[in-house]
Amino acid sequence: MFMKAAWLTVSLAFWGLILSLIIGFFCALVRFWRWPVVARLAGIYIELARNTPLMIQLFFLYYGLPRVGLLLEGRTCAIVGLAFLGGGYMAEAFRGGFSAISRSQIEAGLSIGLRRFQLLRYVIFPQAVAVALPAITATAIFLIKETSVFSIVALPDLMYVAKDLLKEGHNNESNLLLVLSYLLIILPVSLFFGRLEKRVRFAGFGD
Amino acid sequence: MLDSAIEIFTAGRNTARLFEGLAITLKISAAAVGLSILLGIPAGLLMSSKKRFWRVSLKLYLEFIRIMPILVLLFLFYYSLSSVFNINLPAVTVSILVFTLWGTAEMADLVRGAVTSLPRHQWESGRALGLSELQLNLFVIVPQAVRRLLPGVINLTTRMIKTTPFVFFINIPDLVKVAQQIVEVTGIRNPLASVWVYGVIFFIYFAICYPISLFSRFLEKAWQN
Repeated sequence: MFMKAAWLTVSLAFWGLILSLIIGFFCALVRFWRWPVVARLAGIYIELARNTPLMIQLFFLYYGLPRVGLLLEGRTCAIVGLAFLGGGYMAEAFRGGFSAISRSQIEAGLSIGLRRFQLLRYVIFPQAVAVALPAITATAIFLIKETSVFSIVALPDLMYVAKDLLKEGHNNESNLLLVLSYLLIILPVSLFFGRLEKRVRFAGFGD
Repeated sequence: MLDSAIEIFTAGRNTARLFEGLAITLKISAAAVGLSILLGIPAGLLMSSKKRFWRVSLKLYLEFIRIMPILVLLFLFYYSLSSVFNINLPAVTVSILVFTLWGTAEMADLVRGAVTSLPRHQWESGRALGLSELQLNLFVIVPQAVRRLLPGVINLTTRMIKTTPFVFFINIPDLVKVAQQIVEVTGIRNPLASVWVYGVIFFIYFAICYPISLFSRFLEKAWQN
């Protein structure tokens, strides 16, 4: 039972993370390029996502939206909610990376005739990711921890199972399992990103 | 559409109860932030000191707290404290305790970051000028450290406010719990209740956290050099 719940937590966290990385990257990108209207919208989205709790976002998605005709099932809600929240945080993380790229890098890229996509792919992206990695790590771990509220949209995740066991009176066993499960999920992620950070530390160029 | 909203927020004591819930939310966050600052500063100074024992044990503590979801900590302290140690604390106390444990760890790390980021020559030139240790700390180190610290502390405050909905799980009647109760009661007659009530608390959180984070960004910019 705990294995199944842990697997659910992991898979939801995985998809939520991937989506928030994508959303965050593009939001940061349109803001970096200052695209007229889109950048403004991205800014509003980032502020909304960063300044409201995930639980309320989920409540709104799961209980509010069906009333106005948009029915999402629990899993979709959880992933959409996590991606909404995470996108805002990841955008801020990437922004730090983008703003660390000096003007001269972009000018040099343009002057050797790179197209916009090539500039992004070979000059901006590698450097931005290297600089933003510590912030991305922190956000990733924060997002995995946030998955602990998914039981409010009726998903049988780790907290849900733990709550069930609590009702049957297995207080300490279930709490111990809970701590162990989260340690097993988050510690490897934390160690993996820690190693990655060490490897890209020398990727910075020109400073 | 709008009628249903007016109906919900004027019916009974709904609006008043939302404010009572908000008061509990704010009380927990304020108490936890205050205690975290008080405990986090000495902890952070110990972490940046040369005392190996303190450095290592605080680091371990910080890593553990960082890895555990706050909700798990709440469960641990609310359900296991009573059955293992026979300590029965009211839910609000438990939540303040857990948020303080977490906040102290984060605060200590912020203080450590602020103190260790000051260049060594600040101490050295202070001594070279003939300042006493007290003067050195009071006029050179503390003002600079506080500047580096404050944006982070404000950030931590908004993070704490955004984490308080978790107390819903240990049955504290905070803003979220009250909202849910209102939806449950009015939802039968008023199908749009969930949209309105959850929408409103979404913006209540935003209205509290957004100005605070703006302030933090303003300070960061104003104090850049």
